[in-house]
Amino acid sequence: MDIKIHIEEADGNINTIEAPTDMSLSLMEILKASDYPVAATCGGMALCASCHVEVLDNTYNEEANDAEMDMLDTLPVVSNSSRLACQMPITEEMDGIRIRLMAEEVTG
Amino acid sequence: MIHTDLCIIGAGPVGLFAVFEAGLLKMRCHVMDVLPQIGGQLSEIYPKKPIYDIPGYPVVLAQELVDNLSKQIEPFNPTYTLGERVEKIERQEDESFILETNEGTQCHAKAVVIAGGLGCFEPRKPALEKLENYEGKGIDYMVRHPEKYTNKKVVVAGGGDSALDWTIYLADMVEELTLVHRGSSFRGAPDSAEKIFKLAEEGKLNLKLNSQVTALHGNGVLKECLITDKAGKAELVASDYFVPLFGLSPKLGPIASWNLNLDRNAINVNVEDYSTNVPGVYAIGDINQYPGKLKLILSGFHEAALMAQSAYRVVSGGKKASLKYTTVNGIQSF
Repeated sequence: MDIKIHIEEADGNINTIEAPTDMSLSLMEILKASDYPVAATCGGMALCASCHVEVLDNTYNEEANDAEMDMLDTLPVVSNSSRLACQMPITEEMDGIRIRLMAEEVTG
Repeated sequence: MIHTDLCIIGAGPVGLFAVFEAGLLKMRCHVMDVLPQIGGQLSEIYPKKPIYDIPGYPVVLAQELVDNLSKQIEPFNPTYTLGERVEKIERQEDESFILETNEGTQCHAKAVVIAGGLGCFEPRKPALEKLENYEGKGIDYMVRHPEKYTNKKVVVAGGGDSALDWTIYLADMVEELTLVHRGSSFRGAPDSAEKIFKLAEEGKLNLKLNSQVTALHGNGVLKECLITDKAGKAELVASDYFVPLFGLSPKLGPIASWNLNLDRNAINVNVEDYSTNVPGVYAIGDINQYPGKLKLILSGFHEAALMAQSAYRVVSGGKKASLKYTTVNGIQSF
């Protein structure tokens, strides 16, 4: 099935994208495929934090694994709902989830 | 001044392979990178990551690939300037270039190859007011010369391996040491975390968990850090140095000001030879952009080969390179 993901960008705009649950994709891969500014430098191994998002939806309860927590620990700015999108597999339970992009853009 | 045929900016896998392709055509290369070691993001961010799409390797670890690339280019004796960021590229009247780094190192090259990946890796900075005012005047984002902290008051911030390792290192040499971490515990190497708690017990370290540095005070140079815990309790800590160690993030850096045509922080190139809008300047690997671009190491290798054929014309004053198969000619070093 396809689920809906609501994405809040830096300017406050909220866009909704659809994502398939049957293709073993992560939220990071969906964001990249949708042209969001996600560098995903490490390729999805929880090693760079360039896919940092904040989950604004408190019904999402999947816990972060140790590797993800380790990486989040190194960041200067996180919240209690910070996650790495590369560590969030797209599942039916995520339907309607709201996230905010937190990754630093690759800028001058 | 360093003199070379090609100056390659970026010592990642694509920059290194460019040395090989240039070497086959008898072009000498000098490689510059802001990181202190070769390997780019492979060595800096994920040295132990397995890579599966390099031809001939069913699987190869990132650092192993870098090591092999380094070995592969040995016959061509590339030279390196590492740990310095290329700030300027100036085109000369004879169409060659002079590049200059932030440390003042200059390189004269007949052509320039930008293999800068995601750009420069720069320290992640905490969101603090007036942070810039204290850069170089009490704030260090990396520990380059630990001896400077001898008998000084130092505040380290961060919860990763780097913060823990440097805190342990500095504990016996500084006058006063504070480690600030916004979490309540340390993950990562258990041995390091154990040492940190032991240092705190012995009174050699002021350990501030669930806390953050929230303000900096000083008069021209840093004097104090304001440390605030999660409950809102704030404390001023005398500080000669504040060392926030939050890892590195990619920034495009000075590339943005080199008059290159950019599109979404990537350099537009001609797919025929990966040349940029500036004649004699090429861009290969993740830093470039063209229709159908795939950001793969594999694609960067291909781009390096085509770039070298074109750069040969620039370096040799218009001669066309003749393609020689390494299977026939072997690797003929200089």
